[in-house]
Amino acid sequence: MSAPTTTYTAKSNGNHRITEPAPVRWALTAIALVFLALFLVLPLAAVFSQAFEKGLDVYLAAIREPDALSSIKLTLITAAVAVPLNLVFGVMASWGIAKFSFPGKNLLITLIDLPFSVSPVISGLIYVLIFGRQGWLGPFLEAHDIHIVFAVPGIILATVFVTFPFIARELIPLMEAQGRDEEEAALVLGATGLQTFFRVTLPNIKWGIIYGVILCNARAMGEFGAVSVVSGHIRGSTNTVPLHVEILYNEYNYTAAFAVASLLAFLALITLAVKTVAEWKVRQQLEN
Amino acid sequence: MKLFRRHNNVLPGFGPTMGYTILYLSLIVLIPLSALIFTTSGLSWHDFVETVTAERVVASYKVTFGAALAAAAVNAVFGVLVAWVLVRYPFPGKRLVDALVDLPFALPTAVAGITLATVYSANGWVGRYLEPHGIKVAFTPLGIIVAMTFIGLPFVVRTVQPVIEELDAEIEEAAACLGANRWQTFRRVLFPLLAPSVLTGFALAFARAVGEYGSIIFIAGNMPMVSEITPLIIITKLEQYDYKGATAVATVMLASSFVILLIINLLQKWSRRYAE
Repeated sequence: MSAPTTTYTAKSNGNHRITEPAPVRWALTAIALVFLALFLVLPLAAVFSQAFEKGLDVYLAAIREPDALSSIKLTLITAAVAVPLNLVFGVMASWGIAKFSFPGKNLLITLIDLPFSVSPVISGLIYVLIFGRQGWLGPFLEAHDIHIVFAVPGIILATVFVTFPFIARELIPLMEAQGRDEEEAALVLGATGLQTFFRVTLPNIKWGIIYGVILCNARAMGEFGAVSVVSGHIRGSTNTVPLHVEILYNEYNYTAAFAVASLLAFLALITLAVKTVAEWKVRQQLEN
Repeated sequence: MKLFRRHNNVLPGFGPTMGYTILYLSLIVLIPLSALIFTTSGLSWHDFVETVTAERVVASYKVTFGAALAAAAVNAVFGVLVAWVLVRYPFPGKRLVDALVDLPFALPTAVAGITLATVYSANGWVGRYLEPHGIKVAFTPLGIIVAMTFIGLPFVVRTVQPVIEELDAEIEEAAACLGANRWQTFRRVLFPLLAPSVLTGFALAFARAVGEYGSIIFIAGNMPMVSEITPLIIITKLEQYDYKGATAVATVMLASSFVILLIINLLQKWSRRYAE
């Protein structure tokens, strides 16, 4: 039997762990970093490299073009409706679920998570089945000249569906971990329910909300599959930014496609930065 | 039950918040999803079976599930490696790399799709080095695997990473004291502890890859029978106003995602029990 090849470091205060020999450590780190470079860093860098390939003027022209501007406007409107709706739901659901115990709690959490396990294409399809011309409400909507599918309301609905769980699933475990002692103390001291929520609960879940909102927003602005099904692809009217990228790309207008895509890539980087800070704050809060 | 709750909990607001939750959940998720099931039940069994077992549709299942399986396997291996390196080894820029792992969550799928197609095409940054060796990635089934690997990576890393962080140093010390080398320790002691979380991450990445659409269609080439994924079949049928066909195929996909979801829940229960 061969002797153990490990370098054993004496344990003082639990700071030292047994670890692998240095060459193994370096090799594994290198392999991991090369993998991440090939799959994450290069594609991200390529977005910006392609976008600025023909210079800043071409880049700005692609973004200032009327169809691009109208797609940006639609994306902002969509997120401005979808995110607050899901924020209100997330806060309500997490209060009801995390602060109380009742039968069927786990089932309810599973149902809230459901949109995550549905393909984006199906998320769009279900609204076509309800509001489309051949759908349940189709004849009614047509008679009253109301347009939902292949119009802005459909895009917003599909976006609300795909971003539905983000805020709730962040807040439920956070509020469960925080328990209800502080709220009970506030109530005993004479605060009303709403005062308790706004003065005690809200400060405690602030960073959790920011975390959920930033991820919800990223998905709302970037959703492609679901929105693609319900949009109808009417240029300048029902195209969101991701759909506009697709059109430009399919027209072989690569520089413009990547220029518009780079806006979404910027958004992704900002999202990651805010998310990292929020995650750190939540962790810090839970440790205190 | 109500009395019981009152005695134990003085917090107000259960009724209104729960009422709103269930109403909103029903309006946005449950009723629309049931539309899919109702529309399918309007099809005759014969039509349904014929649609979902058509040659081109079956080929798309093979492409979708096969590629998702391959991508989840790649992610299981490299995800564990990345998680291990991030937890155990110090290196400069580690926090940046850690944050970057979530890029596939944050980057819109259409952007991921066009940039992966560009990087892995014949004259792209990576593709140009693969092409001379006869490896074509973009516009082949291999491209689908690349896109699915991209979107699935954070699932494995983020499921395994906390488990590695929690590993008790004493277990490894005990193994070392008993004469095991590092590889033996990893294979016989650590890996069995990590296995439930690796499997959960694998299943999550697989589930995400099966339903994925945006990042794949740009790199896949979308050739019927070869590189056409099932979500694209649904879109194509919709564009031809074949609502019934689209619904039938969507129902098969939805059913398979529910099965995967069930497996994931069981896996998570198992890994939680394992952790205790």
